[in-house]
Amino acid sequence: MIALEKRPQPSRLWSVTTPIVAVVLTMLSGGLMFAALGIDPAAAIRTIFWDPLFNEQFAGFTRPQLLVKAGPLILIAIGLSVGFRAGIWNIGAEGQYIMGAICGAGAGLALYPSDSALIYPVMLVAGALGGWAWAMIPAILKTRFGTNEILVSLMLVYVAENVLAAAASGFLRNPEGRGFPGSRNFRDWPNAYNPELIDGTGMHFGVVAAFVAVIGAYVLMTRHIQGYHIRLAGEAPRAARFAGVSATRMVLFCLGMSGLLAGLAGLFEVTGPAGQLNIDFNSGYGFTAIIVAFLGRLHPVGILLAGLLMALTYIGGELAQLMLGVPGASIQLFQGMLLFFLLGVDMLTNFRIRIGKREVA
Amino acid sequence: MDLGSISPTLLIASIMISATPILLAAIGEMVVEKSGVLNLGVEGMMITGAVVGFAVAVSTGSPGLGFLAAAAAAAMLSLSFGILTQFFLSNQVATGLGLTLVGLGLSALIGKPYEGMKSPTLPKLDLGPLSDLPVLGRMLFSHDLMVYCSLAMVAAVWAFLKYTRAGLILRAVGESHDSAHALGYRVVRIRLLAIFFGGACAGLGGAYLSLVRVPQWTEGMTAGAGWIALAIVVFASWRAGRVLVGAYLFGGVTVLQLNLQAAGANVPVALLSASPYLITILVLVIISARGAHGAPASLGRAFHASN
Repeated sequence: MIALEKRPQPSRLWSVTTPIVAVVLTMLSGGLMFAALGIDPAAAIRTIFWDPLFNEQFAGFTRPQLLVKAGPLILIAIGLSVGFRAGIWNIGAEGQYIMGAICGAGAGLALYPSDSALIYPVMLVAGALGGWAWAMIPAILKTRFGTNEILVSLMLVYVAENVLAAAASGFLRNPEGRGFPGSRNFRDWPNAYNPELIDGTGMHFGVVAAFVAVIGAYVLMTRHIQGYHIRLAGEAPRAARFAGVSATRMVLFCLGMSGLLAGLAGLFEVTGPAGQLNIDFNSGYGFTAIIVAFLGRLHPVGILLAGLLMALTYIGGELAQLMLGVPGASIQLFQGMLLFFLLGVDMLTNFRIRIGKREVA
Repeated sequence: MDLGSISPTLLIASIMISATPILLAAIGEMVVEKSGVLNLGVEGMMITGAVVGFAVAVSTGSPGLGFLAAAAAAAMLSLSFGILTQFFLSNQVATGLGLTLVGLGLSALIGKPYEGMKSPTLPKLDLGPLSDLPVLGRMLFSHDLMVYCSLAMVAAVWAFLKYTRAGLILRAVGESHDSAHALGYRVVRIRLLAIFFGGACAGLGGAYLSLVRVPQWTEGMTAGAGWIALAIVVFASWRAGRVLVGAYLFGGVTVLQLNLQAAGANVPVALLSASPYLITILVLVIISARGAHGAPASLGRAFHASN
């Protein structure tokens, strides 16, 4: 008889080990999946996890991509993790990311073709506010009317996608674009472009912001009273109420924070790697960031590592599409499996497995 | 704009068709939530049902087999959620999201070769003289079997929860898993059965989308229908009859905005396309503001016998 026994304290060892176990399990079952698709599993796993970093032929191009992809994932996931810690489930980061991009790009484009150095800071503020405002909708509806933030934030993703379509083909369309959808290209406008800061590293302002967010979140969660309140609200809501933690302010803070960071990520993406506002500039970062947050155990440093790993699966996945003809969707499945395995083995952190007869109490 | 081009008879008939996928998914999810489990993976299970149903119907030429396969596939997928949450005690919100991500990836992978194909669709059921009734016939009695199945399912779930002993036990497990356990009921087993049923219903809903409503496969074709099904359960305050009302209201909004788009209404298209989601939010606000709670007390809480 196999039984689970609750540990008095979550195991430190397992909380560090489970993500690694989950990655190994994902590789194994991913290998099976690739084999089922008629692709050499060893070659596929090597192409995804090894070649982007160490293959001499590709690494020069793919290594900088790691930071480009990881930046927005880390930035969004840091914001989400703060809310998740407090039991506030913002699932609509994708929408906040899109709205940040639209507001930031819109603010910039309204000033075209000025060449003031203040344009980018204005866009940054507009992008952050756009994401923040979009997250305030579920926050205020939750605090005022008690609506479920999961459903509202998610519905708003679909609304944001429609706004994006309207922006790209309507009010933000490039007037010199001969009727094609899509805004002006920020690459041609140095004051509004988010460039690579150090050649060949992929490091742009968004990546810098992601690192700052990691450090900021670490300080917030471990050194600041607000971080303590957040953890308290998540782990013992009743105790938090008695300690005078306002649930309303908690919701506004956590959703606002994640919306702000997601909005920034959207602005950095649209003015940098994507280059222009278009219907498909977003690549599901808002949803993948949920996996990143959990894989990083909702811990800032963990999220940093998880973001890099998830970026690797994106880049490796593209490489595997190119080299081995692996279908793109299999990478998405791969990422989903990773979250599934993580949640499965996570039990080991809180429970001990006991094999043998159960003792009579 | 030409509102005259919208025929009320056809409108109601198409509302019924447009509501059926969400109705099926929502009634299944309601049973799951009644047992105290919050499965946010409805979208993932629906889209898996859509692709599997489509693939099987195309390869066998039988939509009936497609529906069966869709229900089975989504139920199997839901079982992975059940095992993780019930045996491995994982967080239900996170696991449900994971299920959706897995489902979206899986369906895109399976569906690739089927893009652009047409599936065999369900024939209209011949209800004899009923279908020949002047207006009502076309409105209510000119549908395929699944529309009536979904209505029967609502009635069956309602009766099951209200009048049967098994339904009572299911509700007891959802209200207080500890008490139900103390009385000797197998909490985990009952919840797994509920999750399995919810998965099968979501699969049927998905298959209805890809086999009847749209009759083709496109990636991400559920477009949030699974999430709306979840919202409808809240709207319905966990009652079967109101699930029906909610699904038909939502179907109405969907069809009406499409009709308005076609009629060239003087409203931006983006606003019309976003209106089903906006109205869902609005309805959630109204329901929550009234404070009409009916949520099972153990909803979303993990159960472990030794605690």
